[in-house]
Amino acid sequence: MSGPMLALKNVDVFYGKIHAARRVSLHVKAGEIVALIGGNGAGKTTLLTAVSGLLRPAGGEIALAGESILGLAPERVVRLGLSHVPEGRLVFSPLSVEDNLRLGAYTRRGREGREAAARTLARIYEMFPVLAERRAQAAGTLSGGEQQMLALGRALMAGPRLLLLDEPGMGLAPLVVRDIFRLIVRLRDELGLTVLLVEQNARSALRIADRGYVLETGRIILQGPADELLANKDVQRAYLGRDLDAR
Amino acid sequence: MYWQADCECMNRSDLEMVQLERLQSTLTRVARNVPLYSRRFAELGLDPDQIRSLDDVRRLPFTTKADVRDNYPYGLFAVPLREVVRLQASSGTTGKPTVVGYTKGDVRRWSELVARVLTAGGVTKDDVVQIALNYGLFTGGFGFHYGAERIGASVIPSSSGNTRRQIMIMQDYRATALICTPSYALHLADALAEMGVGRNDLTLRVGLFGAEPWSEPMRREIEERLGIQATDNYGISEVMGPGIAGECLERRGLHINEDHFLAEIVDPESGEPAAPGETGELVLTTLTKEAFPVVRYRTGDLTRLIDEPCPCGRTFRRMARIPGRADDMLIIRGVNVFPSQVEAILLESGLAGPHYQIVLDREDRMDKATVLVEAPESFCTDRISESQGVIESLRRKLEELGVSFDVRLVEPRTLERPEGKAKRVLDRRTL
Repeated sequence: MSGPMLALKNVDVFYGKIHAARRVSLHVKAGEIVALIGGNGAGKTTLLTAVSGLLRPAGGEIALAGESILGLAPERVVRLGLSHVPEGRLVFSPLSVEDNLRLGAYTRRGREGREAAARTLARIYEMFPVLAERRAQAAGTLSGGEQQMLALGRALMAGPRLLLLDEPGMGLAPLVVRDIFRLIVRLRDELGLTVLLVEQNARSALRIADRGYVLETGRIILQGPADELLANKDVQRAYLGRDLDAR
Repeated sequence: MYWQADCECMNRSDLEMVQLERLQSTLTRVARNVPLYSRRFAELGLDPDQIRSLDDVRRLPFTTKADVRDNYPYGLFAVPLREVVRLQASSGTTGKPTVVGYTKGDVRRWSELVARVLTAGGVTKDDVVQIALNYGLFTGGFGFHYGAERIGASVIPSSSGNTRRQIMIMQDYRATALICTPSYALHLADALAEMGVGRNDLTLRVGLFGAEPWSEPMRREIEERLGIQATDNYGISEVMGPGIAGECLERRGLHINEDHFLAEIVDPESGEPAAPGETGELVLTTLTKEAFPVVRYRTGDLTRLIDEPCPCGRTFRRMARIPGRADDMLIIRGVNVFPSQVEAILLESGLAGPHYQIVLDREDRMDKATVLVEAPESFCTDRISESQGVIESLRRKLEELGVSFDVRLVEPRTLERPEGKAKRVLDRRTL
């Protein structure tokens, strides 16, 4: 495949009356991890929901592997290979771990679909042994980190090519965040997935990302290889919590 | 051989996507951080959010050398000075230089881009690279130095001048790559011949030459006499310095690093886009610069873009070798000088009225610059010592332009005035 896995061109999104994303252009190449960073209210989540079809952009182009997905219903987008793991994990607490995972395969139908889903489930249990151990347990009894793994696993059940991850580290202890981010790298390395990652925890995100975009009040103000952004003083001051002037 | 094959050989649609993304974020940054741009955009009622395609760049105002000069020294910087790790400068039109800055990231990207140009010109990590360009405010020396180090070559910062020492270094250190101005390469060739050193006594393989226009016959002569493959490269300090464009070993035009610079060709008079393939003024917009981004910078250099794919496999478009300037800027020994700068100094001296002429010759392959000044009638030529003093002080002032001028007084009304209009510059240099 030539061309990027995901390409946004001049995407404008309104969230209510707020012009939350302004002519945003960005891309993610197959096999890349790209971080979208920015402060609270910069428009990161709004942009992700526009990509996965939950919110309709006011204008622009969004293409998945060269095919326009602008304005498609979310389940069509999922079927085309894009899974969105929203912020806050949102697992179904009373349901068992395994039922939560199976729900993620709702777009896979027919014998072939069911067989593929079964293979994916086996693979998920292999990669996330803790979920295999607790497969019969109610999801609500899992720790925060385990719930995040479950949310990731559920997204994988649809057999995606591209994962959109919204704040996967939110509310988790630093060591757990580290584990989750390592897992994201394994998803790319072992399953060949492409990842667009939204994070307020810019440092963790940029450490695993290949490239990054910095969103500020709805506009992309900086972009580049992740190591360059980590070294950029504007990024350090604004998003890495480093007080440069105090030194 | 490529330095960054994934960039240098990317397909055009991916390249255009990257260019648009980078253009848009550059515009967001300059509109926010550089007063000149925010003011100009506001005056034109232009919201950078409206720039939605690469063609939309034509709606943006030009930036000129005068803008850079008027904002001397730091007015066009897009980051606070504490984030700038390097300052370079080039000659300006009023004696004030134009100052450019680089962040750490800029220096790193600059090194990578020069590494691309060096690699395209045949330089590898196994080369011993002699950089006979001025190390100082001029971007050439340090620009090539960092790029050559980035490749991992052994770098000799021999800087400019002192030809005998250059030749000693070239022979003793067994230099395999030479980087200098093309006229200095020929000057070296002459000096080598004088010393009885033949091309087979040298270990040189390749040479990269730039900072002034040069011709194909000059290239053939350099290649023949030094026994090297010679490539042309292009840089301009207001945009970055070397690393903007360079020839591959096909030697048929300079690949522009289009993922970092957006190139346009415009009619120098009207500023309108030139027809595809037509010669006009090169206009550059930086796509990744942090400290000193420029939007639609008028380079003053005339060239045309070559769309045809190059056999080397790079997908970046090429620009034809620069045949000349859109303005009257002179390039003397690689230093940029405007006749108006010379004029300002002459007028200040009180010696000269409007009648002077700059004469450029080539002696021993090197540029020689002379200013002929019509002595005013009031000037008493009997008092030789006094006139010598005046000439000497004038010469010293002109030296501040970065070029040594010979100053000669001539009789009043002896300088040519074709059609009543003074011919300010007599360029007798042949390429």
